[in-house]
Amino acid sequence: MLRYLITLLISLVLFTCSTIPTPKVQVIKFDTLELLMTRDSEKVEVINFWATWCKPCIKELPYFQELHNLRSYHVNVTLVSLDYVDVLHEKVIPFVEMRQLTPQVMLLDEIDYNSWIDKVEPSWSGAIPATLIINHKTGERRFLERELKTGELTQIIDEITT
Amino acid sequence: MVYISTILVILSVLFSAGLKVGDQAVDFELKNIDGQMMSLASNEQAKGYILVFTCNTCPYSVAYEDRIIQLHEEYAPKGYPVVAVQPNNVQRSPGDSFDKMKQRAKEKGFSFPYLIDETQEVTRAYGATNTPHVYVLNREAGDRFVIEYIGAIDNNSRNAADADQHYVQDALDGLIEGKGVQTTKTKAIGCTIKWAS
Repeated sequence: MLRYLITLLISLVLFTCSTIPTPKVQVIKFDTLELLMTRDSEKVEVINFWATWCKPCIKELPYFQELHNLRSYHVNVTLVSLDYVDVLHEKVIPFVEMRQLTPQVMLLDEIDYNSWIDKVEPSWSGAIPATLIINHKTGERRFLERELKTGELTQIIDEITT
Repeated sequence: MVYISTILVILSVLFSAGLKVGDQAVDFELKNIDGQMMSLASNEQAKGYILVFTCNTCPYSVAYEDRIIQLHEEYAPKGYPVVAVQPNNVQRSPGDSFDKMKQRAKEKGFSFPYLIDETQEVTRAYGATNTPHVYVLNREAGDRFVIEYIGAIDNNSRNAADADQHYVQDALDGLIEGKGVQTTKTKAIGCTIKWAS
């Protein structure tokens, strides 16, 4: 009887675990972002800095979703949220779930902005939306501190890969 | 005088990507929430200004409101009052309209001018890019003000008590004590300025 119970318990635990989705948003420090920017990869790195409170950022998220859907064979899209880590469960995760965002979403928990903004890009004033595009193979980078226009993202990726 | 400042504004818009530390501040004529026009020259007692590009709608601006009020309370008596400028285009950001500015200033009890930059020329001339974006100005002689610091208020937007670098305060204390400004430029995450499309 006890054996049955244990088996039941174990299978219940396993079942529950398998239905828990992988974390939707990974909380990171700057070193993780730095790894993304400097890693050795065949794929073009597209890193978008956004936040749930930033209207122009939200407006352009579909471009990144579409890029991820159509070109993930040669482009790696990461959405880096600059929301405060305090609102991770209350705002960021529900937002990502509601929008059904499938690119990797990370929340950069680094409040001392002046210590890392220049390491991303010296010309960045700190305003968002901002997007960094890197071709790791050639070392070519593009940084856009503004809203993107329709088609602009794929155009830049084509420019940087040819 | 107004012509000269207009020409100065136009020149700086045409020939630079904004003002830098050490540059002479561009004077302006902007409308305050009380309906009066204000310029840097209009306060003859001021030894300088804490010029803050800020607005109602940006969460970072809201997070810093109490700290901006405190800066004014502490430094206006020492000759460095706050002048806040709302840089966003109100069609693109209706929450930053002149009426909403008046409302917010009343709610928070702003005791400093809150000006609207309707044409965005002043914002462009200074090269402000996000909100809140602070310029510390120091009077050199007559109506000549020089920019001594550009950047963030401190290094923790989330919680004032956790900040361990108080950039604007340090710059002002340096000026007041005659020691000069150590950190003259910093960066911070902020809301992009909503330019007229």
